[in-house]
Amino acid sequence: MSNLRRSTLTEPAPLRWAITAVVLLFLTLFLLVPLATVFISAFAKGMQAYFSAVREPDAMAALRLTLLAAAIAVPCNLVFGVCAGWGIAKFDFPGKNLLTTLIDLPFAVSPVISGMLFVLLFGRNGVFGSWLFDHNVRIVFAVPGIVLATVFVSFPFVAREIIPMMEAAGNDEEEAAAVLGAGGLQTFFRVTLPNIKWGLLYGVILCNARAMGEFGAVSVVSGHIRGLTNTLPLQVEILYNEYNFQAAFAVASLLAFLALITLVVKAIAERRVEQTVLERTEIRLKPDPTSP
Amino acid sequence: MARAVLPGFRVTMGFTVFYLCLIVLGPLLTLPTPAASLGWSGFWDVITDPRVVASYRLTLGASLAAACVNAVFGFLVAWVLVRYEFPGRRIIDALIDLPFALPTAVAGITLTALYAPNGWLGRPLAARGITVAFTPLGISIALVFIGLPFVVRTLQPVIEDLDAEVEEAAASLGAGRLQVLVRVILPYLYPAWLTGFALAFARAVGEYGSVVFISGNMPMRTEITPLLIVTKLEQYDYPGATAVALVLLIISFVLLFAINALQGWSARRLA
Repeated sequence: MSNLRRSTLTEPAPLRWAITAVVLLFLTLFLLVPLATVFISAFAKGMQAYFSAVREPDAMAALRLTLLAAAIAVPCNLVFGVCAGWGIAKFDFPGKNLLTTLIDLPFAVSPVISGMLFVLLFGRNGVFGSWLFDHNVRIVFAVPGIVLATVFVSFPFVAREIIPMMEAAGNDEEEAAAVLGAGGLQTFFRVTLPNIKWGLLYGVILCNARAMGEFGAVSVVSGHIRGLTNTLPLQVEILYNEYNFQAAFAVASLLAFLALITLVVKAIAERRVEQTVLERTEIRLKPDPTSP
Repeated sequence: MARAVLPGFRVTMGFTVFYLCLIVLGPLLTLPTPAASLGWSGFWDVITDPRVVASYRLTLGASLAAACVNAVFGFLVAWVLVRYEFPGRRIIDALIDLPFALPTAVAGITLTALYAPNGWLGRPLAARGITVAFTPLGISIALVFIGLPFVVRTLQPVIEDLDAEVEEAAASLGAGRLQVLVRVILPYLYPAWLTGFALAFARAVGEYGSVVFISGNMPMRTEITPLLIVTKLEQYDYPGATAVALVLLIISFVLLFAINALQGWSARRLA
């Protein structure tokens, strides 16, 4: 009987091995080989060529612009995410589902269209174009446009990670704090934040990865001015299109390295989130020792 | 109304709605303006131009093919990661998100270098008469890469939640493994599976960075719709670009709506 059970509860061993082998082959081909290719191609001409490609002035300028765009976009979207989380998860109001759907909207918009929105608003022939031109303010084909496009594409990441976490945590602890006389900010920093910190980190790291890696939207608004409006992904494109493959992959390896860091932090944060959820449910489920 | 104990609703909600309108809704609502100058017949001519129609066909076709491949392999990957034990499982599990984390331009140049006729994978394939780079097949491969995590990540938690007792009950009532899989497990996974498929498809339809390098960008043959929009923008044809963008946006929003409905269905089924 137990033999029969085991055989019907999982696949026969040879089939299991075959499926595992197919899956590993597929993942090797589609994930590992491309990842390895980035680093192998980056070092194809040796360490010297690698470091001179990475230290080249245009590449450094691109790195600075990428860091700048992320340094503005991530904090903005972090503040937004926390506000949206508090407002949506801690209170009941009509239109909640609609608001949550609208927050996800940038995910549904093609990156190319995301960038185009800002060209249509602030470009030469755009809605505010002639006013901006008269006042000598440049947004599109300049740094502000790149920042705006970056904010747009990385908009939902923090909010969508912490809304479900804050909802799952419930309001009991915050209400207790409020009843005991804590102010709003005090309640948030002392009670809410410790519960959601790993989820928040997880959202921030995804937001940052998208902000630093965005290509389509930024490409449309940048105008590709070397050393001025090129981010790292755009620099990769330029070098590649000039057939300077080794340099392109050297710059790309910086972004691939960032992706690997993202994956590591994500894995750690995810485990911590699971632990927090488990601990919380254990506390709730623990039987009351005083009851018979 | 116990919930009103907590402060800060007005401030946080006020900022949330303001920021949402400023960054997302405002810009999106102004999008149709340039297309209005075309008039209805002009708009129709632009969006039914043969070159534009060819780009829809390619974008939707390649996205559909990639989503189908991802549905099959994504299911296998999720199943193996949840149900089987093997060395390196945790690392592989973390690596599934690589396409989310790796910038699309990096994915684009890497896949092109790999599958180009002189690349590591392109050369052996070319020897067998299969060209990947600069063909619709290459576009589909890039879209498989981009879409894989969607299917795996939507299926994984649902497979984890599968109740072993239900499988045991079916087995003790005399069902074979295949019967348990087809009659018990798959119906349970079906809504989440479809959601993952739709997410991968929706992402593929708008994808740009990973595709432009491998596609070769030949009008009528390997030109995807997002690239056509960029081309029109670069020629300062704002009304034309907007018209095509509106079509793409409507497709995306219909998909978003379908995904929301699917997720609601999935949540009700699992509750």
